[in-house]
Amino acid sequence: MRYIEPHGHMVSRTTDDYQAMVTAGCQAVCEPAFWAGFDRGSAAGFRDYFRQLTEYEPARAAKFLLPHYSWLCLNPKESEDLGLAREVLALIPEFLGRPNVLGIGEIGLNRNTRNELRILEEHVALAVRHDQLILVHTPHLEDKLKGTRLILDLLRGHPGVRPGRVIIDHVEEHTIQQVLDAGFWAGITLYPDSKSSPPRAVDMLEICGRERIWLNSACDWGVSVPLAVPKTALEMRRRGHSEDFVDAVLFRNPVRFLSQCPKFALRAESAG
Amino acid sequence: MVDHGFVPVRAKLIEVAAFLDRVERYAVADDFRCAALRRAAALLVDGRPARARRILEQLSDPTTRPDAVSSGKAALGAWAGQPPSAKRKA
Repeated sequence: MRYIEPHGHMVSRTTDDYQAMVTAGCQAVCEPAFWAGFDRGSAAGFRDYFRQLTEYEPARAAKFLLPHYSWLCLNPKESEDLGLAREVLALIPEFLGRPNVLGIGEIGLNRNTRNELRILEEHVALAVRHDQLILVHTPHLEDKLKGTRLILDLLRGHPGVRPGRVIIDHVEEHTIQQVLDAGFWAGITLYPDSKSSPPRAVDMLEICGRERIWLNSACDWGVSVPLAVPKTALEMRRRGHSEDFVDAVLFRNPVRFLSQCPKFALRAESAG
Repeated sequence: MVDHGFVPVRAKLIEVAAFLDRVERYAVADDFRCAALRRAAALLVDGRPARARRILEQLSDPTTRPDAVSSGKAALGAWAGQPPSAKRKA
């Protein structure tokens, strides 16, 4: 079996996880910029983090023969401080040319505030200006439905946004259809206690189709399972889905989306 | 489908029941999250489809405007405001 982990916060994980992922068939891992669990105090802290995502972490993954890609941004959890957020936004362009950078992400909303929305808008403008792919985080729990609607309104209102180049992540049963209907890609995140479980993810694939959907573990420093994506293949097979179905969702779909960035090295021919 | 799924889901349903018993024993069943859980659980047996979607919607913030300020980093799992159905019953 082959699969892509399109959303993993590997700076939070041990080398054992890299080894397990490669053993399970992982062909590439993509790491969006994330909140560290505490608010960074300065733009310099973000510069170091962006260096970690574009220099150190790809080298660590390479020891396990795993291609590592990254997305850059300031996470919405840290966008309440508009001054700091704009300093960080100004840093991003100097990193966009790095060989493993796929785009801007994971941007989005956390508690659906005005400041978060302002910084999201500025991230989107930056992505459009630099012709970057966009990875969007939708809020947690009771904030997801409202946040998803606000995000969709913002993206649809921006004339430079091409929905096929944007993935809206962490969808659940109450948000997936509106994301797909608007022409965006949808990411289903597999978490033990929140977001989606493997059975619910397969339900959504059965109901909504597999066309513009990827699965990810979003493994980070919290409760999460780095092998959640390959484990979901078992749920698919138990229900009688074919190996082609498994490969389409776990490998070909993410390759199709990510290949829109020329730096993503796994090409369509390897995607079958 | 049933052979594979029944026992794990049975266990989760009993966890829900035990949690609702526990919050009553600890006299915290009035917490808005516990009330939201009881309202959401009612949707399980209303005989209508799309239960997962409808429960997620019921636990969601139904407002549409961005908030002026953040109430904290973490979401709580249920909206602290009263849903229209609860207001009608009150």
